[in-house]
Amino acid sequence: MDAFIVITIIKLLVIAFVLLTAVAYLQWVERKVIAHIQVRPGPYRVGPHGLLQPLADVIKLVTKEGLLPSYVNRPLYLFAPFIAVAMALLSIAVIPFGPTITVAGYSTWMQLTDLNIGVLFILAVSSMGVYGIALAGWSSNNKYALLGGLRSSAQMISYELPLALAIVSPLLLSNTLSLRDLVGSQAGDIFHWNILKLPFPQIVSFIIFVIAAFAETNRIPFDLPEAENELVAGFHTEYSSMKFASFFMAEYLNMVTVSAMATLLFLGGWEAPWPAAYGSSLVPTVIFAIAGLIAFYHASNPPHKLDRYTFAATGVIFLIIAAIFLAPIVQSWLLPLFWFLAKTGLILFVFIWIRGTLPRFRYDQLMGFAWKFLFPVAMLNLLVTSFLVAWRS
Amino acid sequence: MDVVLFLIFAFIAVVAAINVVVQTHPIASAVSLIGVMGSLAILYLLLGAEFIAVAQVIVYAGAVMVLFIFVIMLLNAGAEVKRGRSLLVQLLGAPLLIALLGLLAYFVQRIFPRNVTVHFGGFTGGSAQAIGRALFTTYLLPFEVISLLILIAILGAIVLGRKELD
Repeated sequence: MDAFIVITIIKLLVIAFVLLTAVAYLQWVERKVIAHIQVRPGPYRVGPHGLLQPLADVIKLVTKEGLLPSYVNRPLYLFAPFIAVAMALLSIAVIPFGPTITVAGYSTWMQLTDLNIGVLFILAVSSMGVYGIALAGWSSNNKYALLGGLRSSAQMISYELPLALAIVSPLLLSNTLSLRDLVGSQAGDIFHWNILKLPFPQIVSFIIFVIAAFAETNRIPFDLPEAENELVAGFHTEYSSMKFASFFMAEYLNMVTVSAMATLLFLGGWEAPWPAAYGSSLVPTVIFAIAGLIAFYHASNPPHKLDRYTFAATGVIFLIIAAIFLAPIVQSWLLPLFWFLAKTGLILFVFIWIRGTLPRFRYDQLMGFAWKFLFPVAMLNLLVTSFLVAWRS
Repeated sequence: MDVVLFLIFAFIAVVAAINVVVQTHPIASAVSLIGVMGSLAILYLLLGAEFIAVAQVIVYAGAVMVLFIFVIMLLNAGAEVKRGRSLLVQLLGAPLLIALLGLLAYFVQRIFPRNVTVHFGGFTGGSAQAIGRALFTTYLLPFEVISLLILIAILGAIVLGRKELD
């Protein structure tokens, strides 16, 4: 019992630290990717290639003066950012990152807790997250904030339906609500993943899930709640310093959660795309080795003077990581972790990619799309899936 | 541990429920109601009915209350003004409340058997599988009747909504 408590606390600290760092750097990745899509360098001044930019941003946000406008509804105004970030953090508790890991004789799952209703828990928590935004918009006592909050709650209510319907179909195939068992049911190669699993591959429901997830996290092309040219900054117009940063963190945490959900529900979680017997365990080594060699190539003819050293150091780090993946002791948990993070990272990249590519929807298009297209298609997909599952069993 | 959690969340539920009535602003009342729903969900969870608990959060605390708050925000309802109470309320309010609470306490004492105690987590029929099985076997007819009722309500809402348009 004591060991359990100690292990849980350690896991909590590790997950919280890694997650918050990842969220800060996700923003750096986003700025870099968008910058390269738009053919500009992006953050470049703070540290090599702007790598210390997230740190500078955090220091700036923490030390800025927290303004409290005199006309706001004070308790709700202070409570709203708290609820937004708390609900975003809470859903991470049930997400499994990999199978068991054994350290010094103690073996534990790479997951804080496994609920037998894990999927429903995430849905419940994310439905509570709407309040953070809605109440922030209302309590700010500002017309732009109010409109942003209204748009956001209407959008989230509408897109929760196709999202939930898209989740149900893979659950029918896997026959469980626990996220850990969900991955267990998709073990094997890529054709056992729910996105390609027989009797009915869930490609349609995967696409619906991702589209609805974009809307649920208020991302472009569904970012009407914070449309700058119409609403200043939407629901967080009146927020500053850490209170503003809480909403930002909540948005990125929600992005991480829905990407992890998509990975677990459709892409087989931490399972490799093909069995290790055919060399899937060598993929991370090859990828990191190639990355290291590319870094060495750039170090040999550097675009800037300093890059001769930074690129060489990066190359050495990548080669060391490539070597670590070959060690048999860590392979049992490092490989699943690699696949999980690779799949989640890929979906996160799509989030950023789309932000750099697509323009924003008009409001009536947004609503019409959810109710007249996504909802019926998700319903149809669910019907076909359930008929086929019932017919097969 | 279970008892402590029960006491904490029962207290929150009761305080929030009283707050729903006491608050003058509709948004404050609605937020208190969310508090009631949330703590009720945790009480269900303590009793071992995890599916009901999550359904309570998704349906009541999530969907229904979001609609409440949405409508209050949309109509931009302001705080109620306190009006003076009538003589009847001033005289009879407190005694009637005490009488009602006393009656409730009496019947709870009367009806519920004394020697049975609540076991936290002792109930095992609260999983999603158990509820699904019960819904589609034992309670199939009520389930179908309720879904028909909801369908009728949706149709009614559409009819009312269309009338407003033209």
